[in-house]
This record gives sequence, structure tokens and C-alpha cells, in this order.
Amino acid sequence: MKILVCISNVPDTTTKIAFTNDNATFNSAGVQYILNPYDEIALAKAIEICEGGKGTVTVINVGESTTDPTIRKALATGADEAVRVNASPRDAWFVANQLANYAKDKSFDLILTGRESIDYNGTQVASLLGELLNIPSVSISKKIDVQDGTATIEREIEGGKEILSIPLPLVLGTAEGVAEPKIPNMRGIMSARTKPLEVIEAIEVPVLSAIEKYESPSPRGAVTLISAEEPDKLIELLHSQARVI
Amino acid sequence: MSVLVYIENTEGSFKKSVFEVISYAKATAALLNTSLTAISIGNVDSSELESIGEYGVSKVLTVDNEQLKTFNNQAYASIITQAVQKEGADVIVFSNSFSGKGLAPRVAAKLEAAYAGNVISLPEVKNNGLTVKRNVFSGKAFAYTELTAVKKVIAINPNSFELRPNRESVSIEEFSADINQSDFSSLVKEIIRATDKVSLTDAEIVVSAGRGLKGPENWNMIEELAEVLGAATACSKPVSDSGWRPHEEHVGQTGITVSPNLYIAIGISGAIQHLAGVSASKTIVVINKDSEAPFFKVADYGIVGDAFEIVPKLIQAIKDYKSK
Repeated sequence: MKILVCISNVPDTTTKIAFTNDNATFNSAGVQYILNPYDEIALAKAIEICEGGKGTVTVINVGESTTDPTIRKALATGADEAVRVNASPRDAWFVANQLANYAKDKSFDLILTGRESIDYNGTQVASLLGELLNIPSVSISKKIDVQDGTATIEREIEGGKEILSIPLPLVLGTAEGVAEPKIPNMRGIMSARTKPLEVIEAIEVPVLSAIEKYESPSPRGAVTLISAEEPDKLIELLHSQARVI
Repeated sequence: MSVLVYIENTEGSFKKSVFEVISYAKATAALLNTSLTAISIGNVDSSELESIGEYGVSKVLTVDNEQLKTFNNQAYASIITQAVQKEGADVIVFSNSFSGKGLAPRVAAKLEAAYAGNVISLPEVKNNGLTVKRNVFSGKAFAYTELTAVKKVIAINPNSFELRPNRESVSIEEFSADINQSDFSSLVKEIIRATDKVSLTDAEIVVSAGRGLKGPENWNMIEELAEVLGAATACSKPVSDSGWRPHEEHVGQTGITVSPNLYIAIGISGAIQHLAGVSASKTIVVINKDSEAPFFKVADYGIVGDAFEIVPKLIQAIKDYKSK
């Protein structure tokens, strides 16, 4: 069983998001970067499937050398080897093309990635990758079971779920609940230093879109407090003032 | 040059979010001075198809057969791509629904189109293309993305664009798309849907609760409040991590980003990660016994007090109000 896990490096969840350059660039000064939480779930699932020598887990990242610590963390968690495509992850189309170019001749049985990255929330990479490799994809999987060359997936839909049966190979975007993220132990951290981390060059990919500028949400006004003794006043205000009921 | 809008059916009918997408696509076509065609895949009867005329669609392509009755992103993407070629469409609009998220990027890849998801307002037409505003950083910011490729795919968030009635009479055209059997390796074995529950991502009103509720056994009043308001239920991360509520209810940076008209937060302190997921709510109500809870800083309305006393009174007040 050969599994590829696609990971990205994102600002941690406590980051106060700010912009510089007249709002054209994300201000990364002082920002802590972490392994994208949904990718941690993908990685944990891959390791679980391959446990007991049943397969190998390769992690791949598109990033500059600043993402190496995050890649080493994935190795420490239990991935067997890593690849970094040496380029700034310009956008999902760029990243998906790098991943497809790497994966296309390697016969992976399963490709896992988080459903979205918490910075740009595109939910694109799993689907783009599936299309570029001409294999099935499920962008938001809540449960994954792999048996005898077939994956049984729970796909999230409004108000429920769909149970799918899909033959390998395929690409899956993992959501919360697929697996518990693993915490690297001491042995994992030690072995991560010697596990292979191959750096490869990026291919050219046409630019289809670009972020022109960012904007922070406008702050809300002060809160109107209502007494705990008179909650019906809240209903009145929600109806006549806020007009939401 | 035209605009093509994919209209997703849920068991043969169109939800409100689909009419929002149609309104958006119609307004976009008007901006570009071009025409709008819709495409529907699966089993939808003609009276349901005609209902889209209310929002300005005059032509809908329909594709249906046994295999297409259930969602299949590969097959649907192939068909939509053929419709794009047939109609000469340059802009393709989708709803950013769960199915839309798995379908629209595959269409974009087939067309080598520029793609923007989580879009929340109409595009601006610029020299090099269209610029759209979308949510980024899990609700903490917006990005203006310029789509410069010739073909553009836009997926808009539910409840982010208003319905714009614009009645036209609809002509329904059966579209005989080429069907590739190789697109059908994925099989739908079962669909499980709780039809009485309001879906969180589409919801206009959300009732959410956190650790202040102390345990899963106390959630009856939350569900009742949601029921009297016709609302969806949601929760904070510690609540779903503890297994008190399912993951699908987790709102926050590493959960769902919601955009309801009204978000009621009960017993949630308001950590920055949770606030990210609710920042797009039009009105926020916070009920918490701690007056220092950070959530009050972003609330429009607040009640400081014990949720176990306040929520039952609110439920009664709403019932009284609704009976008038």
C-alpha cells in the first residue's frame, strides 16, 4: 500500500491576521507556522492504514526551505519519507499541478490531503489533483475505510451523509473525525532527522488568477445588553431592530 | 462569452441557495451584457425546472439517466464541460455547497479556468478579467481575487447573495451529452439525510452552545430553541472534541464558517478560533454568565446571566411572539 499525503504550512489558529504593503500582502512577521490541522488528520489516517508494515507513507509539500520544520514534524509523526517541491505555494492550481507532476508515475494507491487549508479555505486541491490524475476524488470525507482495493467513504452533504464505494486509486480530502491527529513521540522525533527528505524542482504552471488585495472585516459596534430578567426584550429587538426574526 | 449556472437539485427539488446562485448568475450576466443558461443534472421534473424562471433563467439544459440520478463529480464535471463548449460560456457559476466544492474545481481543471470559491459578492469587471471578493483565513479576512484566465469558475457561499425576482418563461432543452463509462467507478451505496434538520451551512439562524452547558445531557433546551426559531444547531470545538455533539456542528477556524442572519451563542466564551467561524454572521447574540467573556466584544446583543434560566424564558418568549 503506497499512500501520498499532501501537506501545507499555515499560520497557527491564534494568529491575528494582518496585511502590509497597502493590504496587498499577508503580514507574516512574528507568525507561528504549523502543519495544517486538516492535513494532520490526513497524515494520521495514512499512518493508521499502513500500520504494521502494511505500506509506506510519503508526505509532499510545496514550499520553500522554511517549511522543512513542518515536514520533519510529519516525518516524526510517522511518515516514512518526504518530498518538498522547492517553490512558494502560489495558489491551489500551482500546488495541484506540482503534486500531480510528482504523483503521476508513482502508482500511489491512495492520496490524502486535508479538506482545506485554514489560510485560504479553497477546498480545491483534492478535486484538482483527482482531475489532473484522472482518478476519483471526494473533497470532504468524514470517514474512510480501505479494504481489498476499495475505499468506503462517508461524504458530507447538507443535513447528512452519502456512503460511497470507490476502487483505488483515488484522492480524498479529510475532515474532522477521520482520525485523531498523532503527536510525535521521542523515538519519532529522533528518527525524523534521518528519514529521507528529497527536494525537487517545480514545473512551470500558467497563472490563472491572483489575489489583488486583502481586507479585514469592519469592527462591530458596541453590544446592546439586555437584562436577564427580561429576555423577551431581546426577541422584540431581534424583530424590530435587527430584523432577523 | 455567456454565463452558465449549474443548478444542484436535492432529491429532485431546488433549495433556496440554488435560487440565490441563479440570482447571482443573472446579475453577473447583466454586468457582462451577455446571456444566462442553466444546466440541471439528474431527475428533476419540468414544473420544478420551470420555477427557476422566477429568477431570470430563460433556458435550461437538462441531462438525466439512471446513472446520473445520484451525484458523481467526475460524470457531472464531464457533462458541464460539454455544456460550456456548447453554449460558449466563459463564466460558470456554482453554489459552494458540499457537492459544489467537489465538482466546481474539477470543471475548472478540465477547462483550465480560473477558480474562486467562498465568493460572497458580485464580480467587478476589470481590464484583465473579473475580480471577486471571497472569505479567507477561515473568516478572519477577505481577499479580492482577479480571475485572469479566459474561462472563470465562481462558487458562491449560501446566504451571501439575495434572491432577485426577475420573471422569464423557461425553455427546457434536453442536452444529449456524451457519457463516459470510465467516469462511473464511484458508486453511491446509501444516502442518509435528516430531513427535519436545518443544514448549518445554509442556515439563516444558528443556535450554538459551548462548554457553559456543562454536559451533553443539557442540550434539549438548545435543540428546542433551534426548533422554535427554525434554526440549525452548532457548537464550539471543545464540545465536539468531547463527543457531546457531532463534528458537523463544530463552528470555528478548524470547523465550519457560517454566515447566518442570526447567530445565538450560549455558554461560549469566544476564543479567537471560534470567532473566526462566526464573523460573517449579520447579527450575533451572546448569552453567558461571565460579563468578561471575549464574545461580548463582537456581539450585537448580549445577556449576562445563567443560560439554564435564560434559554427556557427565551423559548417561551418566542412561542408567545409567534402565536400573535
